[in-house]
Amino acid sequence: MRPATAGAPLLELEGITKRFPGVVANDRVDFDVRPGEVHTLLGENGAGKSTLMKILYGLYQADEGEIRLRGEPVTIESPSDAIEQGIGMIHQHFMLVPTLTVAENVALGLPSGRRLMQDLSPVQQRIRELSEIYGLAVDPDAYIWQLAVGERQRVEIMKAIYRDVSLLILDEPTSVLTPAEVEDLFVTLRQMTDGGRGLVFISHKLHEVMSLSDRITVLRGGRVTGRTVPSETSREQLAHMMVGREVRLAPNRSESDVADARLAISALEVLGDRGTPAVTGFDLEVRSGEVVGIAGVSGNGQRELAEALAGLRPVASGTVVMNGVDTTTKTPKEIRRLGVSYIPEERMRDGAIGEFSVAENLILTSHDLPPTSRRGFLNFKEIETGCSDLVRRFTVKTPSLETPTSNLSGGNIQKLIIARELSGEPEVLIASQPTRGVDIGAAEYIHTVLMDQRAGGIAILLISEDLDEVIGLSDRIAVMFEGRIMGTLGQEEATVQRLGLLMAGVSEGEE
Amino acid sequence: MSDFLTVSVLLATLASGIRLATPFLLAALGETIGQRSGVLNLGVEGVMLLGAYGAYYATLRTDSILLGILVSLIVGGVMGIVYGVVTLALKAEQGISGIGIFIFGLGLSDLLFQKQVGTPTPIDGLGDVAVPLLGDLPWVGEVIFHQNVLVYVAFLLVPVLWFVINRTPFGLNVRAVGETPEAADSLGVSVDRTRYITIFVGNAMAGLAGGALALELGIFQQNLTNGHGFIAIALVYFGAWRPSGVMAGAMVFGLVSATVLQWKTLGIVVGTTASIVGMFPAVLTILVLVLVSRRTGQPSALTRPFERGH
Repeated sequence: MRPATAGAPLLELEGITKRFPGVVANDRVDFDVRPGEVHTLLGENGAGKSTLMKILYGLYQADEGEIRLRGEPVTIESPSDAIEQGIGMIHQHFMLVPTLTVAENVALGLPSGRRLMQDLSPVQQRIRELSEIYGLAVDPDAYIWQLAVGERQRVEIMKAIYRDVSLLILDEPTSVLTPAEVEDLFVTLRQMTDGGRGLVFISHKLHEVMSLSDRITVLRGGRVTGRTVPSETSREQLAHMMVGREVRLAPNRSESDVADARLAISALEVLGDRGTPAVTGFDLEVRSGEVVGIAGVSGNGQRELAEALAGLRPVASGTVVMNGVDTTTKTPKEIRRLGVSYIPEERMRDGAIGEFSVAENLILTSHDLPPTSRRGFLNFKEIETGCSDLVRRFTVKTPSLETPTSNLSGGNIQKLIIARELSGEPEVLIASQPTRGVDIGAAEYIHTVLMDQRAGGIAILLISEDLDEVIGLSDRIAVMFEGRIMGTLGQEEATVQRLGLLMAGVSEGEE
Repeated sequence: MSDFLTVSVLLATLASGIRLATPFLLAALGETIGQRSGVLNLGVEGVMLLGAYGAYYATLRTDSILLGILVSLIVGGVMGIVYGVVTLALKAEQGISGIGIFIFGLGLSDLLFQKQVGTPTPIDGLGDVAVPLLGDLPWVGEVIFHQNVLVYVAFLLVPVLWFVINRTPFGLNVRAVGETPEAADSLGVSVDRTRYITIFVGNAMAGLAGGALALELGIFQQNLTNGHGFIAIALVYFGAWRPSGVMAGAMVFGLVSATVLQWKTLGIVVGTTASIVGMFPAVLTILVLVLVSRRTGQPSALTRPFERGH
């Protein structure tokens, strides 16, 4: 922790307003960055952080307001303008071309002069030098598709350093990194600010914000709702500023009666999309009244595991027994009929149909069963009452049951899916990333619902990349790495550090 | 069959195979550069027809083959600008607008032919040019170095295009734009400008491919290209989006077509058999595409329009 650097601001945004049809994404926002500091922009999804930064990077144009760099007003109409002004941006999703090498990705868009031939050797040379200076291990000749996500993130940083940006915007740069990789990233970022660069850090992860920031500006609903520094605030206060009310960050866990096994997986092997094993030698048991968490960096077999359990992906070998019945080769429908519910990680792809109304999505799993339908006809009266009841019970905010689901916010769509999945009173729940991308309020509510279900005796398998969530909700935590369980920790012994090592593929005692 | 298996006939068949491969190769190379930047153009056939008619008509009126070649390039380039505006500025669906270009080219070339020429009048086609020294080589000289000038151009374009795609800053932009346009845009590379250039060049080459066909045959008629453009698109997939692979595919087609022609000429196949054998190139297209249905090398952003901020 260091005092905020004094001095003339590198960047000033003044009175930035951006309207989209029906919504004001940024409402007279003021924001500045001084040389050598990390200024965090904190807020929920939809608070307007990304919009503000896209305006700064020339991806959007502001309707009102002024951008000043080193005191001079500038207009930024495209990313090329931003690059010319020394602004770099690390986007939420990697902006890398997988089929090109690291050096080619770095060289892309660099002024080539009048030379006909591309000579990459000076680029490769410079990348090696910068790797040394910043401790960024990247091989200039490797292809991006060969790299793990942590390495890809280093290439993104390298692109910015190579261009010698004076201002770097980082939009949620840690979402795919292990805790150890996050630490390394922060060291590099500190090295960058020591050289006098200014950094804008966009995040909603409170502990990261507290550890990295010099100053913090909080956005809610497009407006600035707070400005502070880490030494004068706490995670709870920040959450309050983000949401606008008191928030419980840790869910209430009560004792629950753990009974017999409801989900038993043994020697499971599942193939990934490319036909190579994604899950191998996987054994796990979840008992009723118990939450078992699966932690891990995304892409280590979690998605394939969830899909295999739900019957959406064939099992290569091994067995899955749910509620005492072997479901290894059963269809998704047969598995559901056995009292198994599934909250998929891709809400809008696998969880709900955007064009369908709220009511239609709520009956997706029960439309062919009484009382929703009888003798092949839908019973609209029953659907109306049943769905109104679910919407009320699970506090889904929707104008009506007929509203197209895609019009709802992410948090409300997720509540809708959870309402549907729990309406059949399941005995096993497979919940994949249940709060990813939803606002803090909805996440808090979803955690409460999951804890209630646990107390009610459901067996819950919780797959999540959010370590706070896994630690907060689970009775036991299994860490997945390259399709296997690297280790299992009980609730009391699980810490971010211990889980982080397992997530990086380091087994206990190997350190 | 013994008539076919003589040195002189085999050499003639090989030479004619290379000549027949040329229009395929020119069109497929043009399609390759467009697809590498993420743009699918199903209208190649239509552009070829317009290019063929343009070359034929210009040569018919002026007796200048050079002018004919130039006109086919210009006609193709103009069609490229049209296609670019439709798919890049107006963001129309690429598959559908390509079919539109095909039907437009098919109809317009025939209409112009009927109105301006009416009765098929042959023109003096492209003559063979022997390459000095190399043309004197036994066998090889006869097969490879006694061809018309467009054959040399087409085959020289293979290494040229490889170099442009893999060894120039522009080629790097093309590859990036075809795979991950968002990444290219975020680094200040203009996605639309890159694609306009590749579409322009690609269509000019399709126009030239049509011109090559008309000038080799010395004639124009309705639907002269008879599927060449569509096979050229298939060849891009066959060649896994690489110029050398595309060349290999074009050669296979040229040689099979030449062999079938030779068999018919020699009377090895007659009547119904000849018709069935005549289908070989088409059957081959299907077989080859089924067998090499791997998609490795396909640009990820193929057919996907780019819009900033999405």
